[in-house]
Amino acid sequence: MTDISAAPDSHHRPRQSLLSESPLTRRRNAVEARFRAYGVIAISVSLLMLGIMLFTILRDGVSSFSQARLSFPVELSESVLDPKGNRSRDEMTKVTTVGYGKVIAAGLKAELERLGIDTGDLSEKDVTALISKDAAGELRAKVLADPQLVGTTIPADVLAAGRIDGFLKGRVTMETAKRDSNVSPEQLMLAERLQEAGILSSGFNWDFLTNPDASDQRPEAAGLGVAILGSVYMMLLVLVMCVPVGIAASIYLEEFAPKNTWTDAVEVNISNLAAVPSIVFGILGLALFINFFGFPQSSSLVGALVLSLMTLPTIIIATRASIRAVPPSIRDAALGIGASKMQTVFHHVLPLAMPGILTGTILGLASALGETAPLLLIGMVAFVDNYPAAPAEGFLDPATALPVQVYSWASRADPAFIERSNGAIIVLLAFLLVMNVAAILLRRRFERRW
Amino acid sequence: MTPIKLTVSALAVLAASTSLAAARDQIQITGSSTVLPYSTIVAEAFGENFDFPTPVVEGGGSGAGRKKLCEGVGENTVDIANSSSRISQSDIDLCKANGIEEIMEVRIGYDGIVFASDVNGPDFALTPSDVYLALAAKVAKDGAIVDNAVATWAEVNAALPAQDILTLVPGTKHGTREVFDIKVIEAGCKDTGAYDLFLAAAAGADEKEKKGNASKACLELRTDGKSIDIDGDYTETLARLETDKKAVGVFGLSFYQNNTDKLKVATMSGVVPSTESIASGDYPVSRPLYFYVKKAHIGVIPGLKEYIEFFVSDDIAGPDGPLAAYGLVSDPELKATQEAVAAETPMGPLE
Repeated sequence: MTDISAAPDSHHRPRQSLLSESPLTRRRNAVEARFRAYGVIAISVSLLMLGIMLFTILRDGVSSFSQARLSFPVELSESVLDPKGNRSRDEMTKVTTVGYGKVIAAGLKAELERLGIDTGDLSEKDVTALISKDAAGELRAKVLADPQLVGTTIPADVLAAGRIDGFLKGRVTMETAKRDSNVSPEQLMLAERLQEAGILSSGFNWDFLTNPDASDQRPEAAGLGVAILGSVYMMLLVLVMCVPVGIAASIYLEEFAPKNTWTDAVEVNISNLAAVPSIVFGILGLALFINFFGFPQSSSLVGALVLSLMTLPTIIIATRASIRAVPPSIRDAALGIGASKMQTVFHHVLPLAMPGILTGTILGLASALGETAPLLLIGMVAFVDNYPAAPAEGFLDPATALPVQVYSWASRADPAFIERSNGAIIVLLAFLLVMNVAAILLRRRFERRW
Repeated sequence: MTPIKLTVSALAVLAASTSLAAARDQIQITGSSTVLPYSTIVAEAFGENFDFPTPVVEGGGSGAGRKKLCEGVGENTVDIANSSSRISQSDIDLCKANGIEEIMEVRIGYDGIVFASDVNGPDFALTPSDVYLALAAKVAKDGAIVDNAVATWAEVNAALPAQDILTLVPGTKHGTREVFDIKVIEAGCKDTGAYDLFLAAAAGADEKEKKGNASKACLELRTDGKSIDIDGDYTETLARLETDKKAVGVFGLSFYQNNTDKLKVATMSGVVPSTESIASGDYPVSRPLYFYVKKAHIGVIPGLKEYIEFFVSDDIAGPDGPLAAYGLVSDPELKATQEAVAAETPMGPLE
């Protein structure tokens, strides 16, 4: 004991002022400074990457939220749309979109003549090409829903063709139009004149959020309606299926299960499942839910089942962690005043663990929302043009999902779809942001530390 | 809600949905990503003009689509498989094994395959021989087979630009690659005389096997980075071409027609690819596109027959229809196809 004080440092080291740094201290401080610098560099690099990603997505995608439209009066000529003149829907369905296209074209032509707008050397077909091919279908649906419209003149507000929309956004220029087989500089000049006359104008693109997908010939009409609906349906189903199962499994494993090899094996398997590549769940989903149970392909039910399998381990792991974080003293106190094990868990442990469970669930859902690979195999990466019906029947209707729409638009030929694809990423990011912010807020609001 | 109530309601929802899992009322289509845009155009128009729901169209590849078609008969199997190559005997056998006796083959038209480079770059006037000499692993030189060592297009043919060779060709899993191999590389191999040398050197028990081996030797492309396989779709090829302006890429005609502001097309044997030159047979690199229909589903899935008839009608698949406007070369024998569809004639054995 005494020789500790008998071996003072001063014996080995020269005396030194506390105010001047020794070489050793300096070295240690330098190490720390370097480490901090590494940290700052790491953060900057990741922020830079994030910045680059967000910048390119926003640069290429923001324009999809505005859309050029043409508005002019259209005379719904009876001789074309209802030749028999009896306003019977069955008779009128014989008139195809070709007929409605002609009616719209005639409307635009009449308006151009009325305003005295010079169409230059453009043929009638080239002038009509300014209007989206989607317009005829839209008008047909409108007229068939209300046959009494035939014979009247209605104000039409139709989508402009993708290249014209691109011209207003600066994606298509006179330079590119010279080489473009789908649009000519003369058409763009006509578009400029239409813009001056107030027929062609750009506005916020609500259709992008509500319209279903459209074919390669009409990128301007493509929207995320079906994809958003499909994603929402799937998230609802995942929530309904995963939360009860996940919480029940966690409570049993944490509070009731005996600690033996069997439960250890279950635990290892759950952790393993959380790391299984998502495509594996897609293969399983195809074999089990579609081929064996006979659930319909491309439906949000099958999608949700597959995503549930994927999310369940995440939820169980998060739930178990937050149940474990509830201090044993709470359980002891409850048991001590005579509560049963069941009452202890449901009256005390579970409510206290709830914020953590909610956060884990939301983060699990967020990762499920961004998943594409497993949906590829169950037929959800598809062209779906009809909205799914309302639940619960609608869960069986074909649908797509937001990330799927990003993927399928990115591989289409028309450059306008690249813009839409980036726009869809923005919408997806907005959804994820909302979910993650909700998770953080819930944690801040309800979390208790012991 | 307590967890127990939640579980019960979840199970109830599940049970309710399974009991509804009957009657499918929309057509399911899958298969070739080359046919996919045409198929969606028709599906969309079909949904607009008929009182049937719009068919659901998936991509995923010709081979995978045909396998899915042959999985069996029933509402949870697909009705139509799009294909950019003809169905194979193994697919037909698989179909037979799964109880599908009758398949209808519908040829919708032809698709051109074009070489294109950056729009601001030099012009390319290629021939199959040029492409073969630029890309093959081994070429004929003074009557002997040697490793291909050319570095620029001008070395291949003095009329071509003095630009480093870099080509982006579709990966082997693409249907497009098969056409590229046969109509360009193998043709070039024969034109340059390399095929005869390969045949002379080929191992094999009989003439047929020797010929097969010689063709296989023709198709080997160089692996020194001058020829790059693109496994993704044409958008990936275009992106690569935009980063490396010297590259020459292989595209579908319709893809090129939608991107004429970025791409310049190369002529093949002096012919400019277009729907007209492909229809007339002057442009050599083209292939037929098909879809295959499970006949047992006609009359079961509502609108299936109407959809097929609508697809091959003159308004859609004819030379003035929307498919031709998008880049499909319409079939001169469309009339016969329409008749076969109307009569629901199943396809005979493969020749």
